[in-house]
Amino acid sequence: MNTAACAGLFLHFLMLSPMSIGGAITTVPEMHRYLVDQTGWLTETDFTTSIALAQAAPGPNILFVAVLGWNVAGLLGAIAAMGGIMLPSTLLTLSATRWARANREHLGVRAFSAGMMPLTLGLIIATGWLLALPFLRADDHRWSTLALIATTVLLTLKTRLGLVWMVLGGGVLGALGLV
Amino acid sequence: MNRPASLTALFIAFSRLALQGFGGVLAVAQRELVERLGWMTREEFVETLAIAQVLPGPNVVNLSMMVGDRFFGTRGAMAALAGMLAAPAVIVLCLAAAYGQLHAYPVAANALRGMGVVASGLVLATGFKLLPALNKSSLGKASAFGLALAAFVLIGLLRWPLIAVLALVGGGGTALAWWRLK
Repeated sequence: MNTAACAGLFLHFLMLSPMSIGGAITTVPEMHRYLVDQTGWLTETDFTTSIALAQAAPGPNILFVAVLGWNVAGLLGAIAAMGGIMLPSTLLTLSATRWARANREHLGVRAFSAGMMPLTLGLIIATGWLLALPFLRADDHRWSTLALIATTVLLTLKTRLGLVWMVLGGGVLGALGLV
Repeated sequence: MNRPASLTALFIAFSRLALQGFGGVLAVAQRELVERLGWMTREEFVETLAIAQVLPGPNVVNLSMMVGDRFFGTRGAMAALAGMLAAPAVIVLCLAAAYGQLHAYPVAANALRGMGVVASGLVLATGFKLLPALNKSSLGKASAFGLALAAFVLIGLLRWPLIAVLALVGGGGTALAWWRLK
């Protein structure tokens, strides 16, 4: 079961990788279909907590894939899932970057990088907004949550305070039940 | 602009960056690469991120590989990738192994919630901090800010699928830039 599961994980995530435009998070519905509905390797709760756990831990969010793999088949599962999701996108990113750098004076490349910038910035702000929304929708602590978000934005823009300290401060306020 | 002294320096810089990134690494990447290390300008950061975003794979991990590749080729890309993933992977898997015990304590869940709130504020602040890069856009200031607003509304408020917004706002922006640069 374990070897078969690892092979299955590797191949399935290998297939998802080229589709993960905008980050692996966009393929979560398909991972859910495969791991929970089709194979039954994970329960609904396993799946959701895997993602929440990786999002709370330091590091890129892509590591939720490692946690999913871990919960299916331990360390080998984590390696198989990460290897699958990273291999195609890594190769593609490297070759596309080099091509774009070699042709950086080409009109198409210049138009593309200038044309994509507004989208990128709109997307970053939308991501922050969507991350904040569930906290603001919750009934308790709505105002203190809003105040904490506003303080974070101001501190980031106006001071050079280390970002880790802000996150840890948020953790303390949360543990004290203030936000 | 500064540059990393060696592959080891690159690996350490990206490990340090990744380990500070609770709830996503974008805000820290901007702070470290642009403000602290000075390896790229604000405009280069947005431009690289724009390309990282349309390629498959995690955006900030793609960005780190592109930075590593620019300084040291394939070995640089691999050092950056390893820096981004190795130490955080160990931590997240230890957490996954310990989760069974941890989640009995509501205090842990509340602390995670507070960290999540701050993480969302950090992403917002990063967006605001990078916005002035549009002042230099060859699209012209008004169209550049207009397209950014459109992307925010379509994704953040109307919840359109990313691929449709990529095609519409990204495609529209590229077409307009082509016409302006021609």
